[in-house]
Amino acid sequence: MLRSTLLLALGLATIGATATRADEFTKTDIERYQKEFDLVAAKGRELWTSGALGTNGVACAQCHPNAANTHPETYPKFQKQLGKVAQLFEMVNWCIRNPLQGANLAPDDPRMTALVSYITFERRGVKLAPGQH
Amino acid sequence: MSEFVTRRSVLAGAGAGAALTTLPISMVTLAFGGEREDFTFTYISDAHIQQIKGASFVRNWDQGLKRAVAEANLVRPESDFVIFGGDLAQLGKREELDHGAEMLSKLKGRLHAVMGEHDYYLDLGDYWSKLYGPHYYSFDHKGVHFVVLNSILTSEQWTFHRWPTAEQRMLEMAGLDNPNGSPFMVGDKQRKWLANDLAKLDKKTPLVVFSHSPLQKIYKGWNFWTDDAEEVQALLAPFDSVNVIYGHVHQIQYNQIGNISFNSVMATAWPWPYPQSYAQAESHLPVLTIPMNRADPFFERDATGWQLIDMGSGRVTARYQLWDNDQRTVAFDHKAGHPVDVAYQEPTQRRLPQNQY
Repeated sequence: MLRSTLLLALGLATIGATATRADEFTKTDIERYQKEFDLVAAKGRELWTSGALGTNGVACAQCHPNAANTHPETYPKFQKQLGKVAQLFEMVNWCIRNPLQGANLAPDDPRMTALVSYITFERRGVKLAPGQH
Repeated sequence: MSEFVTRRSVLAGAGAGAALTTLPISMVTLAFGGEREDFTFTYISDAHIQQIKGASFVRNWDQGLKRAVAEANLVRPESDFVIFGGDLAQLGKREELDHGAEMLSKLKGRLHAVMGEHDYYLDLGDYWSKLYGPHYYSFDHKGVHFVVLNSILTSEQWTFHRWPTAEQRMLEMAGLDNPNGSPFMVGDKQRKWLANDLAKLDKKTPLVVFSHSPLQKIYKGWNFWTDDAEEVQALLAPFDSVNVIYGHVHQIQYNQIGNISFNSVMATAWPWPYPQSYAQAESHLPVLTIPMNRADPFFERDATGWQLIDMGSGRVTARYQLWDNDQRTVAFDHKAGHPVDVAYQEPTQRRLPQNQY
């Protein structure tokens, strides 16, 4: 009995050495995840400052340096001008349509993901305040 | 266009803040040597006229400048002169400067222009000069000495040796939050000129200095900053009444450093957030400043506007003509020795959107 338990344990240990357990990740993994995010956020910064999202050359950064006054921590929230509870991407699209005179991006468009990543990155450390206006 | 400013509304505004802003006539007479009549000047700033291509320009920014010009022309009695506070163009192009200048040409009254970084860094102010003359100068009006500085200069290295093309130099400086930008400065040459210009004046002469960037240090990351601010302030310090009025920041700011009062003016193009709304930044927004309302982007002209300014108290009184907000008046409180907002200075008087973000 003892021997079979040991054999089983050794067998698992052997498998464990080659396959990652569900809740384990390494320093390399963390660095990779962070790098992936940083790349997307950097792409967001590039779009934010480029003037290429709309049709008139106006850039998000003209009104929102460092994505300030976008308060991502307050979304979803009621936007009285939209008449409903809206997500951050809807407000980003509002800005693309109006001051930038452009067309909506899909919520999962990689450019929207990049923009939201950048906005959120610049607001890091601020407490979530969903619904707050 | 229902809130045109008339002399009557200006005077009504003065009445409301009378306890803070109005001096007995005798003191005004004293301050100005008894020779002076009261006058108002108009301050329009930061139009950021932006070319899309050919003859098309960003409509939003055009509308701001047009509206300011149209309203300023309706003030009665007329202002004595108009200051344009810089950043007429977005990327310093001839087309942008010409288009903006055409709109400003509709203004009644003499125009004095201040250089902004968006006017300068394409051709170092060359074309701007053809329209508006020297980059820095002074003039006297009804007993007040006015100085216009070009405060948006920066180092020789950055200006002449860092960028492969003039277009790139302009683009790099045009991004407010661009870490490749460079701190603004007045510079040695202009400070020497200023010292000479002031040398001939009686220290009791009221002094008003116009600059594009704040001649004080608020937040370096967005160039709400002039690197040699202290040196400039030292030249102004010997005068009894010194008032600095600046654009660039697209928001209401005011401050007092020694005997120097500072007032900012609004943009006609778009508002900027206060630096403290950038969570990663260290800001030195003057504690005196009661922020303007948080801008509502659904109203295209919200948190933009223009100013009527007078020196009736011996110091600057700035009446902000805000298009989608109630007007605000920032005036010198002689008891406190610094500018105050005549309606909102007391913490209990503030509105929620003045403190929200």
